[in-house]
Amino acid sequence: MSKQKTNSQAKSGMLLILIALFIGLVGYVLFNGVSVGVYDIGNVSQNINYGLDLTGGVNVVLEAQATDDEAVTAEKIESAMLTIRQRIDTLGVSEPTITKQGDNRIRVSIPSVSDQEEALDLIGKTAQLEFVGPDGTVILTGKDVVDSKGVMQTDSSGLEKAVVTLKFSEEGTKLFADATQKYIGQAIQIKLDDEIISSPTVNVAITNGEAVIEGIGDIEEAGNLASLIRGGALPVKLVPIEVRTVGPTLGQNSLDKSIYAGMIGIALVLVFMLIFYRGLGIIADLALIIFIIIFMIILTALNVTLTLPGIAGLILTIGMAVDANVIIFERIKEEARLGKSLLTAIDNGFSRAFSTILDSNVTTLIAGFVLFFLGSGSVQGFAVTLILGILVSMFTAVVITKQLVILLVKTELFKSNSFYGI
Amino acid sequence: MKKNIQVAEKSKIWFAISLILITISVGSLFINGLNFGIDFIGGTIVTIELNTPFETSDAKALIEEYDSSADVTYAGEAKTQVIISTKKDLSTEERQTLFSKFQEKYNLEDTDLLSIDTVSPSIGAEMANSAMIAAVVAVLLMLVYITFRFEFMFGLAAVIALVHDLIIVLGVYSIFQIQVNSPLIAAMLTILGYSINDTIVVFDRIRENRPKFGKYDYANLVDTSVTQTLRRSINTSFTTLLAIGALYAFGVPAVQDFALPLMVGIVSGTYSSIFIASALWSKIKEFQASKSAAVKS
Repeated sequence: MSKQKTNSQAKSGMLLILIALFIGLVGYVLFNGVSVGVYDIGNVSQNINYGLDLTGGVNVVLEAQATDDEAVTAEKIESAMLTIRQRIDTLGVSEPTITKQGDNRIRVSIPSVSDQEEALDLIGKTAQLEFVGPDGTVILTGKDVVDSKGVMQTDSSGLEKAVVTLKFSEEGTKLFADATQKYIGQAIQIKLDDEIISSPTVNVAITNGEAVIEGIGDIEEAGNLASLIRGGALPVKLVPIEVRTVGPTLGQNSLDKSIYAGMIGIALVLVFMLIFYRGLGIIADLALIIFIIIFMIILTALNVTLTLPGIAGLILTIGMAVDANVIIFERIKEEARLGKSLLTAIDNGFSRAFSTILDSNVTTLIAGFVLFFLGSGSVQGFAVTLILGILVSMFTAVVITKQLVILLVKTELFKSNSFYGI
Repeated sequence: MKKNIQVAEKSKIWFAISLILITISVGSLFINGLNFGIDFIGGTIVTIELNTPFETSDAKALIEEYDSSADVTYAGEAKTQVIISTKKDLSTEERQTLFSKFQEKYNLEDTDLLSIDTVSPSIGAEMANSAMIAAVVAVLLMLVYITFRFEFMFGLAAVIALVHDLIIVLGVYSIFQIQVNSPLIAAMLTILGYSINDTIVVFDRIRENRPKFGKYDYANLVDTSVTQTLRRSINTSFTTLLAIGALYAFGVPAVQDFALPLMVGIVSGTYSSIFIASALWSKIKEFQASKSAAVKS
């Protein structure tokens, strides 16, 4: 009998040690990453999707504005989003996100772009290209252009100048040929968004469907203009109503500092639980570490974007994860004070605390979901980690802690109630 | 048996403390108002790393032509960063030329432009509106849930305690004229969720203890239940404060904007769930009981 008992004691003890080792191993892999042969498991912080506030980037909200004769329609917004995507693609930036907000807004997020102001310039321009005759008639527009490039060209005086080349469509070629025939000796204005960028004088009818725009600053500007023309004009006037940019150094700095602050917060909580709940505190701390590991894994698996407010949400849920254990442990203490045996007290503590934890967390979850569905941008980022944190913490606090506490008691290594802080 | 904390017994004291705090908060909101940031009133904030100490007057001179009332402040550990805030939402061209002026004067790289925030004034009102809607929706849903799991009067008492917390948080922002931006809205909604969590834990205990007490012995029921859950209320708030406090002490401004109202809200929420919510509930119940007794007699 007693041998059997020692056996199960030893088993429980072994199991507990194995679990602790396993947690340690998983934690190590998560935060440091390992390479096994060809398999390279990067650390979790490399695999998380960070928000623009942590990596640096540009975030713009554009509002479509209706004019007297043109309304904003869903189709126009859709096609404007396509145009914006094409323009950003010319910057060679990885993974821009372009989403529709409400009926008439477009949110554009571009991570790690080197020249942020240039990107902003590129996104918002209507880029309506027009060739206007001396009598004010529009000869052709950007729609008639099939290709455009920014190149260096030697002009008649032998100087190298940046120009934008244009190649017209079949119809455009015809229109341009007719117009240049008609206006020989006169000036044609080339307008971009109603601003005259060049007004060359026609010397001879141009029938090959090609033209150049001169009077451009440098080759970079010429390239940008060419890509604007290639992408086509926006079907609707867009006004930036919110612009937020974060430089890459500031973003990295924010991330480092937040991780540091979060670590200190977590360490303080771990120490507090250990001092206040002793043996049970060890379990709570283990459960908290498991919570953080599971949270990180889910965050990575679901591809959730972690933002600064999201980090605040995470830290808040760490507080709440501990709360569930505090509720349970206080309940266990109460039960023990009523004279129940340790195991019974633990059993009762868990089952009685469950409804408390459920009801209190559901009310917080309600707030989280409302934030998620009615909020936008940073508020949503916060809501996601809050919701995720509450769900995971309910699982770790109730299911995992209970198994760990029972294992610890079964080892019978610690028999005095004071070890359990009772 | 441990002595009970006298929450319902001495409810007058606790109500008085809360009333004073709320009066001060509301008074300050009326007199001083709130110090709204660009998220609400629109404007531009540009942060530039100058890599060298500078005179604010120099920086001001460069901004003069865009907005003569622009604010210029220092930032960064060595005070080498300049934060320019204007009440005007500058256009992309204006910001570009502004930065190129700084670039010229201080010989800067493109990456020294640390951050830009431009918000048009129209957004602010919209945001405040949608936040109000979110808060009302959240409170209504919580009321429904609490009525379903407990009873309507618990829900009512909890919601009053919540409003109490939110007023005090706003009061702190008004008294100290801390700038109000969008993170405050998220923080307020979080306080909504967190503070009610605290209150529910106490109510849950009242619900459990109810059969053990006489039908009209509300004061004793409440005091016993609050006492039994007191340690949990304090420990939980304390651990959460530890975590959030660390974020506030060591974090960056964007996180501090969240952490500060959360800290105020957690303290106020703990106070209201210990001293206000259940005492209120017992008063409502006593009132109902006396009314139905009066009707009967």
